[in-house]
This record gives sequence, structure tokens and C-alpha cells, in this order.
Amino acid sequence: MIVAEQKPLEEIKGVLGDAENVLVAGCGTCVTVCLAGGEKEAQLMASALRIASRVDGTPIEATDVTVQRQCEWEYLEMIEAEVEKADLIVSLACGIGVQTFARHFPDKWVVPGLNTTFLGQPEEQGIWTEQCQACGNCMLAMTGGICPVARCSKQVQNGPCGGSEHGLCEVKRIRRVDGVPVMVKGRGGRMMPATEDVECAWHLIHDRLKEHNRLDLITGVQEPKDWTTSRDGGPRRIVREDLILMDEE
Amino acid sequence: MSTDNGLKSGSNLEKVLRAGHFAVTGELGPPQSADPDHIKEKVGYLKGMVDAVNVTDNQTAVVRMSSLGASVLAVQEGIEPVMQMTCRDRNRLAMQADFLAAHALGVRNMLALSGDHQSFGNHPTSKNVHDMDSMQQIRMLKDLRDEKKFQCGDVMKGCEPRFFIGAAAAPEAHPVEWRPMRLAKKVAAGADFIQTQLVYNLPAFKKYMEEVRKMRLHEKTAILVGVGPLKGPAMGKYMRDFVPGITVPDDVIARIEAAAKGIDPEDKAAKQKAWRAEGIKMCIELIQEVKEIEGVAGVHVMAIEWEEAVKPLVEGAGLLPRPVV
Repeated sequence: MIVAEQKPLEEIKGVLGDAENVLVAGCGTCVTVCLAGGEKEAQLMASALRIASRVDGTPIEATDVTVQRQCEWEYLEMIEAEVEKADLIVSLACGIGVQTFARHFPDKWVVPGLNTTFLGQPEEQGIWTEQCQACGNCMLAMTGGICPVARCSKQVQNGPCGGSEHGLCEVKRIRRVDGVPVMVKGRGGRMMPATEDVECAWHLIHDRLKEHNRLDLITGVQEPKDWTTSRDGGPRRIVREDLILMDEE
Repeated sequence: MSTDNGLKSGSNLEKVLRAGHFAVTGELGPPQSADPDHIKEKVGYLKGMVDAVNVTDNQTAVVRMSSLGASVLAVQEGIEPVMQMTCRDRNRLAMQADFLAAHALGVRNMLALSGDHQSFGNHPTSKNVHDMDSMQQIRMLKDLRDEKKFQCGDVMKGCEPRFFIGAAAAPEAHPVEWRPMRLAKKVAAGADFIQTQLVYNLPAFKKYMEEVRKMRLHEKTAILVGVGPLKGPAMGKYMRDFVPGITVPDDVIARIEAAAKGIDPEDKAAKQKAWRAEGIKMCIELIQEVKEIEGVAGVHVMAIEWEEAVKPLVEGAGLLPRPVV
């Protein structure tokens, strides 16, 4: 699913401008499941904006509404009345929802309330990890269901590289809690982001293929990847002619 | 396809190896400035001591003079460069463009590397490239040289870039059992020579070479063992604890520690002198031991920020004068 996390309230307040009627729009699908932008979060966000505005001495009206999916026109059509009353919308959808919203309501100013972070999986309660980069050319059949494009720090196609030790990558991940880097005292007393270990995707691939007696899959030199199906080919589009509705002749 | 004399690139390193000599390469880190004198000074320590010198490419992801520019300066100073190129900073267009420029400017050895991650360096907020990996880079270098083909398949009109193609190997990185196979892949991709990660653990390296010989890889590529003198016990422990793919056995640490035995602990200069002398001695012994391993074609001396150590090392190991081929 698409995983996202809320922007800090201060940042959202900073893009409200002169708006007096703010509509916080939640989304009922991915961001509900990852507890970032569903109905409950939309209610809390609207309430937080109201309280903050009163504390700041510039009270605003902030209401909330949640649709099943902000990335589809038909759901947005259902909230036209609520949107009409607002002069600014804080969308708690992923980046797709924010853009669909803005396109559907061209006269309205829409700002994001979330940072869309990745395509991932709930690892355990409260922890999500990235699994896919939507490169458009899935190579999981070769790598035993573990993606080196999303999960190797260097997107190596013929790994593991020399930076793999005890199943871990030499590259550490910046430790973030609620989206904010955790700062610790580093060498010389300077504050720096704390880091945490990342599994070496290629070590995992190696072990899994070995277990299935399929190491033959990675003994050949993997050819350079065709990135045209990835973001590098420009914004992507899928056309399914079998599904396109034709005008009746 | 080879040139008329049967050589792939005609580089000094290739000729030294072809003639059956035990090769010696060194390392030259370009400056974090536009100062050419820095290169000249380092060349002064290395000239005549090594057959070629690796010119690093923004090593540890810290911005420096480009490896292409510094390689050209090295050529001008009369020392042969092994130009390093990482996959971190260039896509396949930029890589090939620099191959063409490097060949035109007299560079004849190229080393393919994936590159240290940008998070280690001084621009951690940058975006990396990794359009290709080092394995694919090796294949691209080979196709340019032997097929006169760009990566896209277009055939080159005119002079093709002819390099002696190098690659890195980390015999002790994990999973250790996969390392000989990964070397085999680099050889299959087209690596003419290999430089390994620093070796301090001789038994582990010998085991690796046993596997390499079983696969007959040493007959298809020239393996240069990475060696470097320890400056003291702290460096040994750092390598052991923080650098992936390097193990430093306890007896190695104990030996360098013992070098300062009997010296007043307060006399830092005397301790440092004793450690460094022992570090050089240990490295000389290691060179002599790896020289006896079947399938080892040379050493790659990495005296990190200690270029003065190269001469005593190479001389002490009986590898001077370097052959003129």
C-alpha cells in the first residue's frame, strides 16, 4: 500500500495563508490503513487547526470530511457541497489524492497535509517499511521475491556489493520518529542524526535462493536495467484498450 | 579483438602483467581543491615505486578534483593512472563520455566501482545515480573496446576507447561463500585485473584463493591483493570494527600493540614511530606471503594519507626496481 505520514502542524499552518474556512479532507484507503490521513486523523487535524488558530489569535473555521478514495473522480463528486464552502483544502491523502483533488476542483487551493513516503508494508504495529519503487519492470522472479531496486541502497543489479556484513548494509538509515530525524551527539559534540541498521537486500536474496536451490538465477551477469518503464521515462501512463469505453456507433 | 601487439590497451600495467612480473599499484587521492601541485607532490612519492596508480573518484563520497582531471595530471607528471569511476555519480551517458575523453587524453586503465554511498561523505543530501552497477560498467567497457559498441548497441565510427579493465573484489565481505562467484561474474563481464579490499587476514584470503583457483579465475584475470600498512593499533581496531569486508585477526592487533612495549606511554611521538615501523614491517611480510600464493599477480598498496610509506614497503618487499617493459 501507499504509506504516508503527517506533516508537522507548524508546516501546515504555514501554508494556510488568509484562509478562514479550511476543509481537512481525509482519505479512506491506504492512508487510513497506515493511520496517517483517515477519518479519525482528519477530525483530529481539523480540531488541532482550530485550537492552534485560536491560540495564535487568528481564529479559523476548520471542518473535516473523508471520502473512500481521493484519487478517483466519483468519490470527490460526492463532497462538492463541503468543498464549495471552503476557501482552502488540506488534503490528508497521498500525493495522488492531493493532485486529483486539485484537478477536480480547479478553483480551489489544495495543500498537502501528508508526506507520501513509499510503497510499503506494515512490518509490525507502528512500523512500515518500503518494499517497491514501482520501477515498472518487476524483477522479483529472479531475486526470490526480494526487491533490490527498492531495498538495496545502491540499486545494485548484481549484488551483494562489498559493503555487506553480517546480513546488514554498510549504509545506515537516518532514524526518524514521526518523520523527524532523531538527533544525537556525534563526534566532537556536534549534533547529528541517529542512524539504524538496514538489512542487505542481496544477502537476503542470496540466502533465499540458496534455500530454494535457485542460486543459478543470479550466476549470470544481469544486463543493465531498462529504466524507461520507471520514472525516468517521464510521467507514466497505462492504456488498457479492452477497458476503454467506446462511443456506441 | 586486440591491438596488433596482442595487448588490449597497451598500458604499462598490462605490459608488466603480460611479461609475468609481480605487479605493484598504488593509490593517489585527488585534492579537495583545484590545486595541481598536490598531485605533483604525491606523484613524487609514487613515481618509480609502482607500475600504475589508482586515481580515486570522489572517494568516501567527498568532493574532490575529478578522477579524469587528476588522471590527466598524473599522465603529464609521467606516472600511469588507473582511473577509478563510480556508478554513484554518472549515468551510462556520462560514463561513456568520460571513457572517450579519458582515452583521448592518454588514460589506459579504468577501474569500475559502485562507489561509496553519498551518506558517508560531505554531501549526504544529494541524489545518487546507480543507473548501472559496476558489473554492468565492466561489460560496457569491454563492449566499447572489443566490439566498438556503445551500451545502446550503436557501433562507433572512429577510434574506440581501449582500456585495461579493472574491478574490485571484497573476499571477506558477506556472504563469504558467494564471493568467488561474484568474482567469476566480474571476470565474465570482462575484468582484466582485480584489486581486492585490504587484506590483513591471511588465512581467510588463502581460503578465498583456493576457491578462486578451483574456478580457474586466476587464469583469466590478474588478481592484485590490497595491502596497507597499519599506523597503529587504533587503525587496526577501526578497520576490524567499522569497515565491512575487512577482518583483522587478534594476533595482528597484538603484534602492532606490542611494538610500543617498553616505551614511555607519555611519549606519543616515540610510540607512533615504533607502531609505524612495525606496521611497515608487517605489511612487507604480508606482501612476501601473498606473493607465494598461487594465482596472485601483484599487490595494490593502499597507504592511506601516508604516501611516504610506499617506498620503504615496496623496497623492503624486494619489488624494486620496477620493471621497464
